[in-house]
Amino acid sequence: MFGKLSLESIPYHEPIIMVVAAFMAIGGIALLGALTYYRKWGWLWNEWFTSVDHKKLGIMYFIVALVMLLRGFSDAIMMRTQQAMAAGGAAGYLPPEHYDQIFTAHGVIMIFFVAMPMVIGLMNLVVPLQIGARDVAFPFLNNLSFWLFAVAAILVNISLVVGEFAKTGWLAYAPLSGIEFSPGVGVDYWIWALQISGIGTTLTGINFFVTILKMRTKGMTMFRMPIFTWTSLCANVLIIASFPILTATIALLTLDRYFGMHFFTNDFGGNMMMYVNLIWAWGHPEVYILILPAFGVFSEVISTFARKRLFGYMTMVWATIAITLLSFIVWLHHFFTMGAGANVNAFFGIMTMIIAIPTGVKVFNWLFTMFRGSLELTSPVLWTLGFIITFTLGGMTGVMLAVPAANFVLHNSLFVIAHFHNVIIGGVVFGMMAGLTFWFPKAFGFTLSEKWGKRSFWCWFIGFYVAFMPLYVLAFFGAVRRMQSYANPEWQPWMILAWVGAVIIMMGIACTVIQFWVSIRDRKLNADVTGDPWDGRTLEWSTSSPAPFYNFARLPEVGDIDSFWSQKERSNEELEEAPYTDIHMPRNTVAGPVISFFALIIGFALVWHIWWLAGVGAIGVFVSFMARVFNDDIDYYVSAEEVERIERAHQQRVKNSDPYKPSSEVEGRDGKQRYVEVNA
Amino acid sequence: MQRRSLWRRRGTLVLLALCLFLAGCSSALLDPKGQVGAEQRTLILTAFGLMLIVVIPVIVMTLLFGWRYRRSNSGAKYLPDWAHSNAIEAVIWIVPCAIIAVLALLTYKTSHSLDPHKPLESDVEPIEIQAVSLDWKWLFIYPEQGVASVNEVAFPVNTPVRFRVSSGSVMNAFFIPHLGSQIYAMAGMDNDVHLIAEELGNYPGRSTNYSGAGFSGMTFEAKVTTPDEFDDWVETVRGASETLTYPEGYEALAEPSKSHPVEYFSAISPALYESILTSFHTGGEHDMGDDHAMGSDHADASDGDNDHATPQAAASGHHTDNHATQDHAMRTHPTSVEAGG
Repeated sequence: MFGKLSLESIPYHEPIIMVVAAFMAIGGIALLGALTYYRKWGWLWNEWFTSVDHKKLGIMYFIVALVMLLRGFSDAIMMRTQQAMAAGGAAGYLPPEHYDQIFTAHGVIMIFFVAMPMVIGLMNLVVPLQIGARDVAFPFLNNLSFWLFAVAAILVNISLVVGEFAKTGWLAYAPLSGIEFSPGVGVDYWIWALQISGIGTTLTGINFFVTILKMRTKGMTMFRMPIFTWTSLCANVLIIASFPILTATIALLTLDRYFGMHFFTNDFGGNMMMYVNLIWAWGHPEVYILILPAFGVFSEVISTFARKRLFGYMTMVWATIAITLLSFIVWLHHFFTMGAGANVNAFFGIMTMIIAIPTGVKVFNWLFTMFRGSLELTSPVLWTLGFIITFTLGGMTGVMLAVPAANFVLHNSLFVIAHFHNVIIGGVVFGMMAGLTFWFPKAFGFTLSEKWGKRSFWCWFIGFYVAFMPLYVLAFFGAVRRMQSYANPEWQPWMILAWVGAVIIMMGIACTVIQFWVSIRDRKLNADVTGDPWDGRTLEWSTSSPAPFYNFARLPEVGDIDSFWSQKERSNEELEEAPYTDIHMPRNTVAGPVISFFALIIGFALVWHIWWLAGVGAIGVFVSFMARVFNDDIDYYVSAEEVERIERAHQQRVKNSDPYKPSSEVEGRDGKQRYVEVNA
Repeated sequence: MQRRSLWRRRGTLVLLALCLFLAGCSSALLDPKGQVGAEQRTLILTAFGLMLIVVIPVIVMTLLFGWRYRRSNSGAKYLPDWAHSNAIEAVIWIVPCAIIAVLALLTYKTSHSLDPHKPLESDVEPIEIQAVSLDWKWLFIYPEQGVASVNEVAFPVNTPVRFRVSSGSVMNAFFIPHLGSQIYAMAGMDNDVHLIAEELGNYPGRSTNYSGAGFSGMTFEAKVTTPDEFDDWVETVRGASETLTYPEGYEALAEPSKSHPVEYFSAISPALYESILTSFHTGGEHDMGDDHAMGSDHADASDGDNDHATPQAAASGHHTDNHATQDHAMRTHPTSVEAGG
C-alpha cells in the first residue's frame, strides 16, 4: 500500500534532524496561523500563487531562493563545524551517513534551489521590463515553471524528515548512485527533485528565449538590447541546449535504479564514465547559466553608478556569445584524471583556458567603464568591485585547474572547492546581491537600506577570504573534498580558520535579513516615487516603481543603447501625449499550482514506490493540463480609462513628493541636476 | 570609511600571499618527493606566475579606478559618453590572448610529458604494483613477488613504479600527494599511473574520489625504502599467515569495512588483478553484484565459460591482457593502450 514508506522512515533517533524538523514545523504553523488570522489566503492565492505576472513570479523565485539559502547555509556551517572538530582520529559530531547527506544537500540546494532561482527570478523581474514588453511570451508556462521548481524544493525538504537524502555528492556519480551501492531512497529524492525542477527550468529557457527574440519593443534591435538581456538570452540558450542532457542522464540512471538496467553499472557493459561525461556535458554549461546573468548585472550596475556608457558594448556582447559557445566544449576538464590520452586532455585544457580570454576582456571592460566615470560607491558597486577582485582570483585558480598536468595533483582536492566557491560566491552570489539591491525598488517601490547592505557586503567579502583561502592551503597539504574526518592534526588550525570565515559569512546573511527588516520598516522614507532611483539608463527605469502590472502604459520606442538615458539627455519636456489604449493581458491561472501539486505527488510516490499514488498523480497532471488546454478564457483587456487612472495617480504621487532631493544624489559631475530641472 | 576599506582589501592580499608562503614550507604538493611531483610543482608555479601578469594589474586597477573616479572626487575627469577606444580594446584582447597562448603551449607540452600513462625514463628496471580500491580500503598486489597487502604499499627509492589501478567497487582515485599524479580507479577498467620516489620516507596516500561512508578512512601509507629494505618488507609479507585466494578470500576482503588495518598476504591466486578486472566483464559468479550472464560485448566466449579457470589460464598466457586491451578500445580509453605498449 505505501511502498517502501513506513513509520521507520522518519529518523526519530537523529536529534539534529528532529530539532530542525521541530523548528520547521513551528515556523510553518506560525506562518499558516498568521495567514489564517489576517485572512490572507485569498490574497495569497489570487494575487500571487496563480499570478502570471513575471514580476511577481520573479519575487516568488527570490523568496524561495532566500529560504533555501538559509537551509543550504545551515548545511555549510554544519560541515565546517564537523571538519573543524574531526581531526586526528576525532569523530566530530556528525557520523558519515549524516555528513555525506549534508554535503550532497548543500551542493544540490545551493546550485538548483538557490543560485538557479535567483538567476531565473532576476531574469523574470527584469528582462521583460528591459525590452519594453508587457509580459513574457508564455505567461502560463512561466507560472508553471515556477511551481514545478517550488514543489521540487518542497520535495528536497521532505527528504529531511521522511527518509533520507542522497549520500553521493551533488552530481550523484554512478555507480555509487546505482541501486547496488545506494539502495535507500536518498538518490530517488535527488532524481525526482531534479527532474521536476529541471522541466521547469527547461520551460523557462524556452520562454525567455522566445520572449527576448520576439517581444522586444519597437526600435530595440538585438544590438540595442541591454547587456543583462543579452547575458540572459545566452543563459537561456544554454538552458535549452543543456538541460535536456541532464534530464536524459537522470532518466537513464532512473532506468538503472528502477528497472535493473545497466547504463552506468560496473557490470553488464555499463559504463560509469558515460555518466560522468553526460552529467558534465550539462554541468559545465550550467555554471555559465549562473554566471552570465551575473555578468549582466555587473554591467548594468557599473555603468549606472558610474553614470557612463558601458565601455565596449559590442565587445561585451561578442565575449558573451563566445563564452556561450565555448562552454559546451570543455566538459572533460572535470575529470582529466579519468586517464584519457594526452591529446584529449590537452584539447580540453586549452579550450578551457580560451574561455579566460573573453572573460578577461569583460573584466577590463568593467574597469574601463569606471575609468573617467563618476562612480557612486553604493552597495551594488561594492558587490561589483568585490566581484572583480574575487572573480579574477577565482578565474586564475580555474585556469590552474585547467592545465591537465597540474590538475592531476589538484583534482578532487580542497583546491577545487576553494576555486568554485571563489567564482560562485564571488560571481553569482555577489552578482545576485548586487542585482537584488539594484532592482529591489523596481519590484517593491522602495530602496533597500544602504547601511545594512554595505555591512552585508563586508561580511561576505571578508568571510569569503577567511573561509576559503585556508582551503587552497590545505589542498597543498593533500587534503581532499568530502572528508568526514581526517588523520592529520596539522590541518585542524586551517579548518578552524575556515569555520571562522563561515561564521563571518553567516553574519553577512544576518545583515541581509536585518536589511530587509529595516528597509521594510522605513519603506515610506525610502520610497522610490519617480521609478528611477539611480538615474538609470535602460527601459525598466522609465516606468513607475513598483511597475504597474501592464509594465508600460504606452510601449516605449528605442533608438539607442541606454535609450532611457539618452531620452533623459535629449529633453526634459514631457513627450507628446499619445492617448492611452486598451491593453491586452493574460489572466491568472490555477493550472500552474495544480499541475505542480500533482507533479509533487508523482515525485513523492515514485521515491517510495507507491505505484497507485503515482498513477493518481499522473492522472491529476493530465486532467488539470487538459482542463487548461480547453480553457479559452485566458486573457482580458485593461481599458484605456483604467490605464489612465493608474497613470494619473502615479503622476500625482511624483508631483506631491519633494522634488528637491539632496543635490549630491542627483548631480552628476557634469553639473546637470536632472530632477531639479525636471521639476523646476 | 573608504580609506579603511582600501586597507582591508590590501590586508586580504597580504593574507593570501602569506597563505601561499606558509604552504610552501611544509606541504605535500610544494615539497614533492619525486620527479613527477616536482615537475607538477614547477608547472603550477609557472602558471600562477604567468597569470599574475593579468591578475595583479586587474586588482590594482579595480582599487585605483574605484577610488580615483569616485563621485566625490571632483578632480577626476568625467566623460559620460566615452565608451570606446580601439587602442584599449586592442590591448585588452592581445594581452590575455598572449598569456593564454603561452599557457596553451605549456599545457600541450606538459599534457604529454606528464601523461600519467607514460613510462618514466630511468636506468632502473621499473616495478609493477596493482592497486585495487575496495569498500573502503586499498588492495595492493605485487604480481612479480606474488604477495599482496592492504592499506600499505612499499617500493624502492629511485625506482619507477607502474601502478595499475582498478576498482572492485565504486569509483575511487589513487593518489600519493608527495609523488604527484592521481588517477581514477574504475571497476573493470585497467588504468595506470607511473610514479617515482626520490627520497626515503613514509608518505600518506588516499582515495580522493568520494566513494561512500568509509571514504574518509580510505587512506594508506606509501613506504619508500632502500632496495634492501624493500626485499625485507617483501619477506615480512611472505611470512604472513594469511593468503589471498580468488574468489573466496577476495570476496571476504571486499566486504565493506571502514578504516581497515594494514594486512599482509603471503601468497595470492595467480593473475588476481586480471581476475578482478574481468569479473566485471563476464558477469561471473564471483561478481560483486548479482549473478549475470556474460555481457554481449565480448566475442571471446572462453572468458565466460569457465570463470574459475580464467585466472589460471591468464597466469601463463597473455589471454587476459588482450582482453583488457580490447576493453580499453571499447571504452574509448585510448592512452592505456598507447602506454601499455
